[in-house]
Amino acid sequence: MGNLIYTLPELILSVGAMVLLLVAGWVGDSATKAIGWAAVVLLALAGLSLVGAASHGGLVFGGLYHADAFAGFAKVLIYGAAIVSILLSPSYFERMGAVRAEYPILILLSAVGMGMMVSAADLLTLYVGLELQSLAAYVLASFMRRDIRSAEAGLKYFILGALASGILLYGIALLYGFTGTTQFGGIHAAIAARGVQTGLLFGMVFTLAGLAFKIAAVPFHMWTPDVYEGAPTPVTAFFASAPKVAAMALLTRVAVEAMGPATFEWRQIIIFMALTSIVLGAVAAIGQTNIKRLLAYSSINNIGFALIGLAAGTQAGVSSVLVYMTVYIVMTLGSFLCVLAMRDADGAYVEEIAALSGLSRTRPGLAAALAMFMFSLAGIPPLFGFYPKFAVFQAATVAGLFWLAVAGAVGSVVGAYYYLKIIKTMYFDEPAVPFSDHREPIEGGLIALSAIAISPLGYLAIPLLTAWTMAAARALF
Amino acid sequence: MNQLGFPILTLTLLVPMLGAIACLFADAKAARWVALIATLVNFAIGIVLWAGYQIGGPQWQFQEHIGLFGSFGWSLGIDGIALMLIELSVFLMPICILASWQAIEKRVPEYMAAFLFMETLMLGVFEAQDLFLFYIFFEAGLIPMYLIIGIWGGAERIYASYKFFLYTLLGSIVMLIAMLWMANYAHSTSIPVLMATNFPVHVQTLLFLAFFCSFAVKMPMWPVHTWLPDAHVQAPTAGSVILAGVLLKMGGYGFIRFSLPMFPQASAQLFWLIALLSSVAIVYTSLVALVQQDMKKLIAYSSVAHMAFVTFGLFAFNRQGLEGSLLVMLSHGLVSGALFLCVGVVYDRLHTREIARYGGVANNMPRYAVFFLLFTMASVGLPGTSGFVGEFLSMMGIYGASTWAAFFATTGIILGAAYMLYLFRRVAQGPLDKPDVAAMSDLSPRELLLLAPIAAVVMWMGVYPESFMAPMRKDVGYVLSRVNPAWPGGDSRLAKGAAKPAAEPVSGEGAR
Repeated sequence: MGNLIYTLPELILSVGAMVLLLVAGWVGDSATKAIGWAAVVLLALAGLSLVGAASHGGLVFGGLYHADAFAGFAKVLIYGAAIVSILLSPSYFERMGAVRAEYPILILLSAVGMGMMVSAADLLTLYVGLELQSLAAYVLASFMRRDIRSAEAGLKYFILGALASGILLYGIALLYGFTGTTQFGGIHAAIAARGVQTGLLFGMVFTLAGLAFKIAAVPFHMWTPDVYEGAPTPVTAFFASAPKVAAMALLTRVAVEAMGPATFEWRQIIIFMALTSIVLGAVAAIGQTNIKRLLAYSSINNIGFALIGLAAGTQAGVSSVLVYMTVYIVMTLGSFLCVLAMRDADGAYVEEIAALSGLSRTRPGLAAALAMFMFSLAGIPPLFGFYPKFAVFQAATVAGLFWLAVAGAVGSVVGAYYYLKIIKTMYFDEPAVPFSDHREPIEGGLIALSAIAISPLGYLAIPLLTAWTMAAARALF
Repeated sequence: MNQLGFPILTLTLLVPMLGAIACLFADAKAARWVALIATLVNFAIGIVLWAGYQIGGPQWQFQEHIGLFGSFGWSLGIDGIALMLIELSVFLMPICILASWQAIEKRVPEYMAAFLFMETLMLGVFEAQDLFLFYIFFEAGLIPMYLIIGIWGGAERIYASYKFFLYTLLGSIVMLIAMLWMANYAHSTSIPVLMATNFPVHVQTLLFLAFFCSFAVKMPMWPVHTWLPDAHVQAPTAGSVILAGVLLKMGGYGFIRFSLPMFPQASAQLFWLIALLSSVAIVYTSLVALVQQDMKKLIAYSSVAHMAFVTFGLFAFNRQGLEGSLLVMLSHGLVSGALFLCVGVVYDRLHTREIARYGGVANNMPRYAVFFLLFTMASVGLPGTSGFVGEFLSMMGIYGASTWAAFFATTGIILGAAYMLYLFRRVAQGPLDKPDVAAMSDLSPRELLLLAPIAAVVMWMGVYPESFMAPMRKDVGYVLSRVNPAWPGGDSRLAKGAAKPAAEPVSGEGAR
């Protein structure tokens, strides 16, 4: 019973989600707006509850659940991204005529799963959390069930996700078989005592492969562009932010806490995934004409950079991963908010990059914000998107992975090309059909907020961010 | 804090920054005035800076430091070299704004904002005393320049803007990794500390090459110069002035601030590489300039050739070479900027840059022809103009380092005279047989106001270069003290032979 206090955020969210589900069942879709705001309040409360024992409790529930600073930091990001995903949804679903009260509730359930993922201290907690998150996500992907692309996205996500879960379970089974435990600490001790046997190595490879699917790292990225394109845009924004953070944090925890003594072995896998993700994410994005697909490749590319920080395998490396994910979700949510603002005169959503032509003249503010997000995703200073790349390269260089940093840096130049293409379309091309002038206050406010966060003013947050992420990273070592 | 007790360097960055933000919210007319006033204020601050600079005083002056960003800080400070380049920038900026007064008609507020933002970043590059702060300013310059070329450029602007951006980004990003390594090795991000750090010799070569990638592209050196002609031709006139006048100087500044004092051994070892590339650049780009049909392209190629003088002088490892190359940098900034303005003057009237479309403009535009001739002569290196002092000194320096390199450098003078005089001949002289050319009016007062100050400074630098040399002398001495121990000496130095005995000693007695 005393342990429950440590899972306060999950308790708030899951109890709240169930209550809201009942409300939705009784009142129906007309309560969607109220349910959405209630969900936002619940997420904020869950975030507040992290101040106490939930992020300083250590190992609880007999070693199944970790209530540490690392999980606390990741949860703040997850809840923040979930709040934004709920806030930006009502106007979208209203326009599409698909207002359903389940949307905020599914996001809440997904957030519970993600909270379990980042707090997992045992392979089974990990798996349960992952599945809870994924099940909600499958439904969300096909949320516009009458839209053929959305249905296809959901189906694709489900099948490939199930396959990945199978691979992950197989890896977990192997790890258990060769170490005799499912607890991260126990696996750590077993590897340290007995070294890395071949079977264990297989287990590691399968586990990492299953997790790589969740972060959409190459070669397990194939689902990303299709799902991102097909899913409703608010859902895509959600997929690109919160679950990415959760899966990345989970991968980091498994790699460091459970497989710490085998750093040399997993580092090769991570380096391979990092470089291939950077290159493929950059090259494949060049030919895209749909902005959501382009952002999907951009997310693959960015995950590659975050993996460089993980490859360092040091405390500074883990801290740089967290810095990267923090800034990344701001940039990516900002970009998707701009995509949501792409509406033609009838209020219908446009996703073609060509529709952005000459946006700098018809909607200068929106164009400037999107240009900032693009330059920032490309990592061009003085925008704040430069700093996370700087941090991961620094971690890699200090860890002696000099050539990895050079390769990643060169890869970022290839990536810069397609971000420039969007800016070129907005600033250099002649204006196309102007977008609708109707503006949403929440949407505009969130865009402005994220644009300010990634502007050079963001650099002022570095000392705070460094202190916080270093404290979080310390929890793993 | 510093001798003025006032963060004057931050102010030089803040004024154009605030001006840029103000421009964004102004209409076209107001934006022009805001930009002009902001750049003039910054020019005034630049004069205060020069007046307050103590020649022979501490190496770093006007220092400021706030540990703002955790692993690196907001730290500014200048030495004499940076001071002169700052003066060059703040001097050229109001001229650029005035040059765009009428030539730019569309999206004026954004244009002015981009220029003012550019000024902040350029000054930041010269003022930064923190390695990563330098990198941020250095790299951030890509964004406004990309927009300036892409939005207000000529027909091929999009291709040129991509090429400019990706080329320079690729060059710089490798440098970032080298910087990370250095900061980790020296446990400091302060440029003065790093300048005094002795890096292990075997790593120096790699670090040198990483920095070389970046500075060689920025400079630009052959064979990575190809972005420059494209960018120049497509950029608006003022964009070309800033590109040639100040942005190209960042490469040379980088070499003298980083490569030489931080990696002296590697610099000495790789002298052959620099000498080879510079020799090729001088001969090849001069020949290319000779056959250009487009005025701007011709001047762009001449820039590459002039920059080869800079690299030659920098890597001569002696005082004449270093001081000469610094003067070439300043002089080229003024002269090529002025030449681009001269091109802009006729382009605004006839809207073509094709040399063959002109001819005989000296007849109907005598004042223009005088200025054009002056800057042509300064580019050629006529004694009495700024071009002579720098080129002469850097060639003396090169001779001290390698007689072969000096041979190739000298051909650059001859070829330079050839292509510049040929350009002048085709544009200004000959019969005035084209009716639209004959209809062109002479310089307007505004254009006179652009060219006259540059002409005055060009003459000043040619007649009394000491004003410009004095602040830099001590800093050149510091760089020399870092590189000289590593440099074995050139082939032109008189070797002390072993004294031969006058005659074969006949016996042991005779030898004694």
